[in-house]
Amino acid sequence: MSNPVREFTKGIIKENPTFVLALGLCPTLAVSVSVINGIGMSVAATFVLLGSNIIIALIKNLIPERIRIPCYIVVIATFVTIIELLMKAYSPALNRALGIYVPLIVVNCIVLGRAEAFASKNSVLNSIFDALGMGIGFGLALVLISAIRELLGSGKILGITMFKGFEPMFAIGMPSGALLVIGLLLAFFNLLKKDKV
Amino acid sequence: MTIAQFLMIFISAVFVSNVILSRFLGLCSFIAISKETKPALAMSFAVMFVIVMSSAITWFIYRFLLVPFGLEYLRTISFILVIATSVQFVEMVVRKFAPPLYRVFGIYLPLITVNCAVLGVAVLNIDMFFVNGKAVVGSFWYSLFQGVCVGIGYGLAMLLMSGIRERLELCSIPKALKEFPLAFIIASIMSLSFMGFSGFRF
Repeated sequence: MSNPVREFTKGIIKENPTFVLALGLCPTLAVSVSVINGIGMSVAATFVLLGSNIIIALIKNLIPERIRIPCYIVVIATFVTIIELLMKAYSPALNRALGIYVPLIVVNCIVLGRAEAFASKNSVLNSIFDALGMGIGFGLALVLISAIRELLGSGKILGITMFKGFEPMFAIGMPSGALLVIGLLLAFFNLLKKDKV
Repeated sequence: MTIAQFLMIFISAVFVSNVILSRFLGLCSFIAISKETKPALAMSFAVMFVIVMSSAITWFIYRFLLVPFGLEYLRTISFILVIATSVQFVEMVVRKFAPPLYRVFGIYLPLITVNCAVLGVAVLNIDMFFVNGKAVVGSFWYSLFQGVCVGIGYGLAMLLMSGIRERLELCSIPKALKEFPLAFIIASIMSLSFMGFSGFRF
């Protein structure tokens, strides 16, 4: 029998949504220019994940099998709209920085993937812990990528200059840098996995 | 509505801010289906078709339903539902009336529903061609044209990528880099070269 603690911890390392399952890469790459954007995005995504996992776990017996995907999408889109309005009201700067990637949480494969693979088969409590674990795993990955990119691309972390006299690598801050960083990180994690076996 | 504006949209959507290489929309399908050229091309046509169709539908919904009733905040929810249902509908129509076409790109249609490029372009059209809640002159045609151009950009990136990956089959690659990591690194180099277009001005 699965217990909540295991559901919580599996999302962080063993089934990390970004590095192991390779889900939800579009927002990961697009917003990882600075750490603060990364944190904002992961908080938004975790909120949506938590809300949709709870609702879907609650109503899973009411949803007809054939139209379950549209039902999940409506639930997810509702939570995305909530977070979009909240963000516009309380932190317009972050909303501008994240731009179209906030509404695009709807089509983030992590959220729909967890709804389909987990929340639709498990209890509410387990779904909550699953959502939190996945959210934290996503957040950690996002912070790792954005920290690397912000440090190399502008020589700062969270807006604080780290080294003096460091010439920032412009390309790392550009889209191509995001792809390069995630490619190398994936290769690195592959290497770790190979060593273990 | 001038030729120059259309040209700007074309250059910007295909090269400067290419959907995949600079906006990262539709990245999952880009990495997953770019192993061979043929399916990659079929997928690109399917994506282009869906993007153009959904650009048109979402524009009408936003202009004639959401704006008049002050429901702009329902944008995300209504767009994704409309896109999902219309894709499903198109899939059924194509399967019934054009089986050869269905065999070429029909299998990719359900996948495209959750492709971020489709919703992304719909949202982008609204952000770009509606100013203060009002449609700019010719905004419908701009939206439609942007849909076509994004589709071309997607196809171009897909074609280049699948060509490169077909050749990589014959190379010996370090184990850790196999499959995804190498694909991302190639995409990164492609994106770097696409950055060269960003100085274009008219």
